[in-house]
Amino acid sequence: MIPGKFEYFAPTSVSEAIGLLGQYGSEAKILAGGQSLIPAMRFRLAQPEILVDINRIQGLEYVRETDDYLEIGALTRESAIEKSTIVQQRYPMLADTARVIADPLVRNMATIGGNLAHADPANDHPATILAYNARIVAEGPGGERIIPVDDFFIGIFETSLERDEILKEILIPSPPGGSGGAYLKIERKVGDYAVVGVAVQLTMEDGLFKSIRIGLTNVSSTPMRARAAEALLVGQTPEEALFDKAGRVAAAECEPWADLRGSEEYKRDLVRVVTKRAIRKAIERANGVL
Amino acid sequence: MKKTVKLTVNGTTYERDVEPRTLLVHFLRDELGLTGTHIGCDTSQCGACTVSVNGQSLKSCTAFAVQLQGAEVMTIEGLAKEGELHPIQQGFWEMHGLQCGYCTPGMIMQSVQLLDRNPNPTEEEIRRGIEGNLCRCTGYQNIVKSIQWAAQHKNQGQTEIPEASAPKVDPQPIAPVP
Ligand SMILES: Cc1cc2nc3c(=O)[nH]c(=O)nc-3n(C[C@H](O)[C@H](O)[C@H](O)COP(=O)(O)OP(=O)(O)OC[C@H]3O[C@@H](n4cnc5c(N)ncnc54)[C@H](O)[C@@H]3O)c2cc1C
Ligand code: FES
Ligand code: FES
Repeated sequence: MIPGKFEYFAPTSVSEAIGLLGQYGSEAKILAGGQSLIPAMRFRLAQPEILVDINRIQGLEYVRETDDYLEIGALTRESAIEKSTIVQQRYPMLADTARVIADPLVRNMATIGGNLAHADPANDHPATILAYNARIVAEGPGGERIIPVDDFFIGIFETSLERDEILKEILIPSPPGGSGGAYLKIERKVGDYAVVGVAVQLTMEDGLFKSIRIGLTNVSSTPMRARAAEALLVGQTPEEALFDKAGRVAAAECEPWADLRGSEEYKRDLVRVVTKRAIRKAIERANGVL
Repeated sequence: MKKTVKLTVNGTTYERDVEPRTLLVHFLRDELGLTGTHIGCDTSQCGACTVSVNGQSLKSCTAFAVQLQGAEVMTIEGLAKEGELHPIQQGFWEMHGLQCGYCTPGMIMQSVQLLDRNPNPTEEEIRRGIEGNLCRCTGYQNIVKSIQWAAQHKNQGQTEIPEASAPKVDPQPIAPVP
C-alpha cells in the first residue's frame, strides 16, 4: 500500500533537525532506518505530515569504546553492530540481540536509535539496553541531556523523549571484571518478532551474584525489567534451584497477553524457561566462555 | 509537492519528479519500467523487492526514493553482462533454483550481496543470508545449491563476477516509460 502524503526534509545537522521538529511539532516525525515507520505508514497506522530524514546527518553512525562506556551513535545500523568486533568480544549480549533482529535486509537499514525510540515492546533492543543499565543521550533545543534507561520507556510506543528531541547516542557502561550477559529470543519463525525474549547481564564476585539485571521482550506493554527475579538473585550463590525459582518469579511478574504468538500461560512458561537458560549462559560468559 | 529524484540505476542516471511518498520499488517499476523487481507483500517481509543500493541490499518497498537521492542502485536487470548470465543467475539455472520465479529476482540480488561479503559461505551462512527472502515454492534446497554452485564457479575463476556497486552494463528498461 502507498503511504499518505507528506512533506520531506533532509537536514544535514542535528540542530537543523531539531529546528524542524520544533517548527512542525506533532505533525513531524523523524525518519531513521524506516523499517518500523515505513511499514506503519503503508498501513496508514502512521500518517505524519512532515518527515525529517536524519540519514544525511554526518557523525551519528559509530561504535567505539571509551574508558567508561561503549558509545553507539543512534544511526548505527544493526548490521554494523552485528559485525563489530568490540561488540562481539566485549558486549556479547548486544551481539546476540542485533543478530536476531528481523533479517539481513532489514538489518542493513534499521538503526539502534530507531529501535529504542520506537519503544515497541516487541522490539529486541529495549530488553538488552535495560539489562545493560544504559544511558540515552538526547539533544533538544536546550542542548543535551542524559536519560537513565529506567526512565526512558514510559508506555506502549512512548518514551520520555520530547517531541523536539533527537536520540543521539546510547552509552553502555563497560562491564567490570566477572561480568557476563546473554540475550535469548524465542521466535515462531525466522525474522519474526519475539514470542518472548530475555536479556540477562550480571557481575559475579567471590562466587556470588554481585549484581544482575534482567530485561524482558514482548511480555508487557512497556519494555520491562524482571525486578523481583533480580532481587531474589543478588548476593546469592548461583545454583540450579535458585535459577529455577528466578524463572518462576519472572514468569509471575511479567504481563503477557494472548495473541497469534501464543496464550498467556504459554508465554509465561517460556519466560520461566528462557530466564533460567539466559542466567546460565550469562554465568558461563562471566566465567570466560563466549 | 513533487521532488526531483536523481538515481543511477544499473549504470544509467535517471531524474524524475515524484511525490516524496514514492517508494523505491514504485520508482523502479512505474517510473523506470524496470519490472524485474517484484512486490510480494504489503508488510516488508518477503524480500521479493530486494535491490542493491550503494552495494548494500535492502527491501525497496521499505525505502522512499527521495531518501536515496544520488545513490547507485542495481536491480536484477543490471546483472547479466553482454548477454551472459551472472554466475548466480547461472547457478539458479543449473541447479533448478526456482519454480514460479516470483521470489527469484530478490533472492538473486540478496545472493549477490551474500557472496560479495562472504565468497565461501557455509550452508548455514547461506541459509542465514537469505533469511529475509521468502520462497513459497522451492523449499529452499535448490536455492541453497544454486548459491553454492555460484560460489564454487566464481571462485574457480570460470566466470567473472561484476562488482555489485559498480555495474558496467548498459541496461535497457523492459518497458520504457515516457
Ligand atoms: C520484517 C521486519 C521484521 C522486524 N523484526 C524485528 C525484530 O525481530 N526485532 C526488532 O527489534 N525489530 C524488528 N523490526 C523493526 C526494526 O528493527 C526497526 O528498524 C526498528 O524498530 C526501528 O528502527 P528504524 O531505524 O528503522 O526506525 P524508523 O522506522 O525510521 O523509526 C521508528 C520510530 O522511531 C523514531 N526515531 C527513529 N530514530 C530516532 C532518533 N534518533 N531520535 C528520535 N526518534 C527517532 C521515528 O520517528 C519513528 O517514530 C522488524 C522490521 C521489519 C520490517
Ligand atoms: S515487497 Fe515484500 S518485502 Fe518488499
Ligand atoms: S520460486 Fe516461487 S516463490 Fe520462490
